[in-house]
Parts: sequence; structure tokens; C-alpha cells
Amino acid sequence: MKTLPALLLAASLYAQSGQNVAGTEVHVLPVQGNVFMLLGAGGNTTLQAGKDGALVVDTQFAELAPKIVAEIRKLTERPIIWMVNTHVHPDHTGGNEALSKPYGPGPGQTPRIIAHENVLNRMTQTGPNQPEIPAGMWPNDEYGTAQKDIFFNGEAVVIYHMPRAHTDGDSIVFFRKSDVVSTGDIFTPGTWPVIDLARGGSVQGTIDALNAILKLTVPARYQDGGTLVIPGHGRLCDESDVVEYRDMLTIVRDRVQDLIRKGMTLEQVKEARPARDYETEYTGVPGRWTRDQFIEAVFKSLSEARK
Amino acid sequence: MKFVSFFCLLAALTVAAANAQVDFTGEWAPLYHEDGPERGPGPELGDYTEFPINDAARMRADSYDADRISVVQEYQCRPHGADYALRGLGQLRIWRDIDPATQRTTAFHLHFLAWDSERTIYLDDRPHPPDYALHTFQGFSTAVWEGNMLTVTTTNLKANYLRRNGLPRSDKAILTEHWTKHGDYLTITTVIEDPVFLTEPLVRSDNWYIDPGQHIGIFGCEYAAEVPKPEGAVPHHLPGANTNLREFANWYGLPFEATRGGAETLYPEYRSKITPYNPPAKCTRYCNCTSLFNCNVDSR
Repeated sequence: MKTLPALLLAASLYAQSGQNVAGTEVHVLPVQGNVFMLLGAGGNTTLQAGKDGALVVDTQFAELAPKIVAEIRKLTERPIIWMVNTHVHPDHTGGNEALSKPYGPGPGQTPRIIAHENVLNRMTQTGPNQPEIPAGMWPNDEYGTAQKDIFFNGEAVVIYHMPRAHTDGDSIVFFRKSDVVSTGDIFTPGTWPVIDLARGGSVQGTIDALNAILKLTVPARYQDGGTLVIPGHGRLCDESDVVEYRDMLTIVRDRVQDLIRKGMTLEQVKEARPARDYETEYTGVPGRWTRDQFIEAVFKSLSEARK
Repeated sequence: MKFVSFFCLLAALTVAAANAQVDFTGEWAPLYHEDGPERGPGPELGDYTEFPINDAARMRADSYDADRISVVQEYQCRPHGADYALRGLGQLRIWRDIDPATQRTTAFHLHFLAWDSERTIYLDDRPHPPDYALHTFQGFSTAVWEGNMLTVTTTNLKANYLRRNGLPRSDKAILTEHWTKHGDYLTITTVIEDPVFLTEPLVRSDNWYIDPGQHIGIFGCEYAAEVPKPEGAVPHHLPGANTNLREFANWYGLPFEATRGGAETLYPEYRSKITPYNPPAKCTRYCNCTSLFNCNVDSR
């Protein structure tokens, strides 16, 4: 019974599906090489477009699909061949079905939707208090290995599994020739890290994943640009921005760990405000994720690891 | 005919006055008579004087461990931001682009010694990129003329520092510069507005003199693992555990609370609120610092 609130919370994280997104404008930002970034109402969408067709990383909400496709069509007339879900949350998977059917390879064919197998498991094994997720939204090309490679539009696209990070089914997508990494919600600059414990996330896994991203990034001259990073939410970034975020999460982890060692309870840790020097820089997700929930997730994740 | 010539001359002079463009091009050598110890050897730990910082900035600086810039490879070649670049090792070269059709300046380009940083300031009325575009250490700068003064606005900055002792400046900050030239001297007055870390605008100024013989060398930077560290380590001090914070106050005989920064401490009225100031009997630290090269700790 104690886990019910956590499950409900997890179900609501970023779960804006069904909200009125009619007035939402979709902004397209050319990133570099074949890659574009689409900002709308959900998580950021990454588009890789070329003669082979379109590859879409994260699909935002079903309601936004027409607008997203309208923007994709300005860049390529080719069908969507591949889709990748970086994790299970509906603001990243909500448009799977809506984008698949009308804009896929052709009649009777749908794009391949790649995701880690834990995404499929989470979608197909919803809890008793969670709504069922239609089969058309499920990944149909799941993987269970450390990485999955495809070659598309003239470049290697490497999909890495990041274990127990934001959730237990996180993937990051590295476009090797374009030199762009799409991170999903492992990296959300300006927003308190959402660590979805109920779906297998952990603070250490998130830090490990951020450090893994930093191993892929190489800055260009003046430490700007080079490998560009499309976060799950927020603006286009590069290595320095990931470093700032990694530092914040590492420092907060160390502080909470220190307070746990001193025997403080969760309430005492929250009262100590171990992230107070980041409170003017980071915000929550209105109505869904707060600073205290972030601190609680760090506390519980570290406490669990000590057992 | 004389009347026409006079009219043309008058028109040309009028246009020149209206445009009031100043040529800032040249090799500029920095003057360190302002804030020499901070800009040369580096600021003291715990010295937050002169900054209208909020509590978040203060705590961020308190937890800062300078090991971070050597131990963490991603920091080793991180340059000064556009604002601090004017204060650091600031040997500066400026050149400009001119529109051949109008003979108007369309951009100034800056090259700094430190990290070989380069920056462009556009004067062609182009818009700033949206906030969701990539931010850079030098940001995106546009400028307008206000009489003989060039006023520059910079957005899209990456997170950096206000002072090199951990006082942070966020990527939401907007930098405004006012450039003025007085004979062989250049003064740039900067105003930083940062909703994340400042409660009031931070105003500073920096000066250069023209130095046609100046040769800016290659800075170069290549990061390397020189100090063993655990994977993913980020050096920092836990809250309350930084034992260096009182050094500055002790060395200079200052009340500790006066070294903690904040808007209130910037104004003369603050003197009446602090405990009596008892300066040390003898200066022992940075007593005669007028340039980058004579900032010795025991310089008296």
C-alpha cells in the first residue's frame, strides 16, 4: 500500500496527455548534420532526416502529432522509418501511434519503434491503478543489450541503454556523423532531475548516465559546440551544460549522503534544504515534480543502496 | 555651385554626427589598476565583497573547491565568459567588418589572450537567437551607437563565474556593455543582470590602452589527467565544512559578515551596521598592487 502513492506519482510524471495542447507551437531548431530538434509541449523530439527517410526520437503527445508531422514534412517528404523512445513516460511516447500509422513506410507497415525492453515491460504490465496503454503505442523493436546500432541516412546511430537512471528503461541516442546526442530525461537542464524510483530509476544510475554522456561529448574550439546534446526538456546544450547539471546532481547526492550518515530522517533532510544553492536555478514540473520530491527521491535511492 | 558644395559638406557632417561611429580597432593592453589582486593572482577564497549576490550564490561559492578546475578534465580548458574575459588576462585585439556599400561598421571582432577566446559583436540589426538555441561562453552580442558610446547587449551565455572563487553567474544572465574611447584609452563598463544569482545589477569597469606593438601569443589548452581522481568525482565542500572562508576577513581585519556580499553591503550606510572595523596595524598582503606583475603577497 505504501507503494501506491509512488505508483500514482510515477504515472503522473510529465503525464500531460489529454491536456489542451491546441495552442502549443512547435519550434524547430536545426542542430547540425542531419539532426533537428523539435520543441513542443512534451519532451523534446529529435529528428534525423535524409534520403532514407526520417528517424524520430521521442514523440511527445498524440495531440501534437499533426503539428510535429507538419514540421517534419517541411524538412523531408520521406516516411518515418524509425522511432526511438528514450523511456516510458507518456510525454515522450504519447505520439507513437499517432505518428506511426499515417506517416510510416506505407500501407500495412509501421515504423519500427525501438526502446529498451523495460519500456515495453512497463507499458504492457501497468499496475491496477494505472490505465492500460494501447498496443499501438508500444515499442515493437525492443532491445535488451547494452547497446543497439543501426545505420541510417549515411551515419551510424548508436542507442545505449543507461541502467537504472531516470527509469530502468532509459536509452540515449548518439548520431555519430552528425555528432549529436539525444538524452531523454536523464538530462533536463533547469529542471530538478526526475528520478522515477517506482519505475526503476536511481540517483547513482542518473549520475553514471550523465558521466557516460560526457564520455561521448567532445567540445569544439573555445569549449563551445562540438558534440551537441538534445536534452529531454529544455534548450539545446553541449558538454559544458551537461557538466553543470552533473555537478549539481553529484554535489546534492554527496550532501544528502552526508546527512543520512549523520542519522537524519527524510523530513530532517528536507528541512536542511541540501539543494538550496540550486533553488534559484532549477524548478520543478508544475503540479508534478517539486524540489522536495527530488530530495526525497535522492534520499530513498541512497537509503535503498545502503541496505 | 558654392551653395551646393556647402550643402553637401553640411549633409556629410550631419550624417557623420548622427552615425557617430568610433573605430575601436587595434591592439589593446589591459590596465590592472582596478581589482589587481583579483584579476592577477586570483581572488581570495571567501571574498564576496562588491557583489549584490543572493543566498544561493553565497552557498554555491562556499561549497566551491578550486580543485574542480584541475581535477575535472572538462573544466581544464573552460574559458572565461564574455563578462569575465574583459577582466582576466585581457590582452585584446579588435578588428571590424565594414559594409562596402554604406561604409558602416557591421561587426566588431574581439580576440583575447586567455584561451584564445574570440567574440563577435554585430551592428547589423540582426535579432538574438531564441533562448532555446545553443548558449556559448561568449554569448550572442549585438550593439547600437549611443552618441560616441557603443552599447552592447549579450544574451545566450553559458553558466560561468562572477569571480574566480566560485561566485557563479548563470546562463540566464544578460550582459550590457558601454564602450567609450578617450584618446589612447578604452573603457568598457559592464552591467550584469542575473535573475538567478544577483538581487541588483552588478556594475564593473575595465580599461585598456592602445599598444600597437603588442603581440598576443598562442594560449593553447589541452586537457589531461594530471591528478588521480575517482571516476565522476566533483570536488566540493559540504555545507559548513569549508575552513577557508574566514581567511580573507582575518587577513585584512574585516568583520566576517562584511565579506559575505549582498546588496546591502555595497552601500555606505552598511558601515553603521557592522561591528567596529579594526584594520591591522601593518599591511602584509597585496599592499602595493598596481599591475598584474607586482601583485606579490608580501609586497610591502
